[in-house]
Amino acid sequence: MTPPKLLLRGVAKSFEGKEVLRAVDLDVAPHQVVCLIGTSGSGKSTLLKCINLLVPVDSGDIVLDGVTITDPGVNPNTVRQTMGIVFQAFNLFPHMRVIDNITLGPRKVHRVPRAEAEEQARELLDRFGLLDRADEYPDRLSGGQQQRVAIVRALVSKPGLMLLDEVTSALDPELVGEVLGVIRDLKAEGMTMVIATHEMGFARDVADVVGFLDGGVVLEQGPPMAIFGNPQQARTRQFLQRIVDAGRL
Amino acid sequence: MLIAVISTVVVFGVIVVLVLSSEAWPAVQRQFFSWTHFQAAFPKVLGGFWLDIKMFLFAEVLILGIGLAVAMARSLRGPAFLPLRIITIAYIDLARGLPLLLLILLMGFGIPALQLPGVPNGALFWGIAALVFSYAAYTAEVYRAGIDSVHESQRMSARSIGLTQTQSLWHVVVPQAVRNVIPALLNGFVSLQKDVALVFVLGVREGLREADIYNARTFNYTSYIAAAVLFLLVSVPVARFTDWYSDRDRRRKQAMST
Ligand SMILES: Nc1ncnc2c1ncn2[C@@H]1O[C@H](COP(=O)(O)OP(=O)(O)OP(=O)(O)O)[C@@H](O)[C@H]1O
Ligand SMILES: [Mg+2]
Repeated sequence: MTPPKLLLRGVAKSFEGKEVLRAVDLDVAPHQVVCLIGTSGSGKSTLLKCINLLVPVDSGDIVLDGVTITDPGVNPNTVRQTMGIVFQAFNLFPHMRVIDNITLGPRKVHRVPRAEAEEQARELLDRFGLLDRADEYPDRLSGGQQQRVAIVRALVSKPGLMLLDEVTSALDPELVGEVLGVIRDLKAEGMTMVIATHEMGFARDVADVVGFLDGGVVLEQGPPMAIFGNPQQARTRQFLQRIVDAGRL
Repeated sequence: MLIAVISTVVVFGVIVVLVLSSEAWPAVQRQFFSWTHFQAAFPKVLGGFWLDIKMFLFAEVLILGIGLAVAMARSLRGPAFLPLRIITIAYIDLARGLPLLLLILLMGFGIPALQLPGVPNGALFWGIAALVFSYAAYTAEVYRAGIDSVHESQRMSARSIGLTQTQSLWHVVVPQAVRNVIPALLNGFVSLQKDVALVFVLGVREGLREADIYNARTFNYTSYIAAAVLFLLVSVPVARFTDWYSDRDRRRKQAMST
């Protein structure tokens, strides 16, 4: 058995007395893609931010590559450099060109010389078909291009884990495909990913494991076939039924 | 357009005629608008005003820098920075709660009177220090409004790529914040450009002081008018520029959001 890439045990988080995460357990094996589904407000975003240490957990352990990163002695800045996270929107820094957005981390955090950082960035942009946008400001890009740049920016420090939070939900339908395509490419390259999504079709397609977040716990998890085809929990069935009714599966 | 021109000319024309035809006008002219006195007072006043400009520029640079540092310190989050936040809040409340003139008197007369070794005791030095102390607090609040106006996810994004809090503020939040508050900062310029004259109470021979000296000698107020003209020559263009810039800024934002 390979040791897990990421392990969550009893992760809990409340905001102002309101319990959002009660006791989340989750195992993510190397190269695995885990999709988190659940109603709006179920805590998917909060969970991803907890994993990235952007939001401190109240209790519970998060273990990355065998290191308990929720320990007080761990430097969050160092941990964050080993993961990439992309949010729903407003990821890019509007006052910087695409290339500067991407090289900011390497230059300021890893002290990579500008020329070297830009070369790396251009290579990545090229791979994702964005090289001709390198010198543009973000507001000159389509929403889909912005999200792809955000993914490239997260990839530039060569993270071992990518966290994606509904990266397509702010996009016009015709732009969703190009972003999902990039995520499929990442999966093909063996990237470990935890993805919060409302795109059930995509989850079924790309996930190795689907986890249903409800009432502050991962209520049910398993291969997409099992979760979508034969959910065990009444709450899961309910949730999926509502999505089918809304014509979104 | 034509109506605007006509009504403006008529209104101002009537005011001028009324003033010039009033019985008091000859006396007013003698006391306030005497060309001879203007010529006699102007060189001294101009020389002093030059010091006002230098004080303004010097103080403004310090104010912009210190104000930003204070605003950044106040925006740092987490329990470790609590003492720093308390200090900055105390400073801002203190500096904004006191009349500027009181601060100038207190620092400009009070501190030199202590005769502390190694501490400068020039009136000019402490006058500028008081201006900076007061204005930096206001400016810090302007910056802070700008920092708060930047979307939270910008900070999150900056942290997520491994930047520290200070780096996130400096490279990501502050550049956007400053852009949002340039009109407010420019308003501060106009205001400081006038308030530098307050250090005259310390005996600093700036423009207003020179005008005052002339008036004390001749009992004629034209020297004050000379000083007024000089202040207006600088502050009106800055005020017009601020308006023009704010308008352009607003139009741009509207164009962006549609
Ligand atoms: N910083 C915060 N302060 C207070 N409450 C918060 C904060 N962040 C999230 N919450 C609350 O926590 C709950 C979970 O929010 P979260 O964004 O994690 O849900 P989600 O599953 O991502 O929802 P969605 O599908 O709409 O994105 C919500 O009720 C939200 O209001
Ligand atoms: Mg969310």
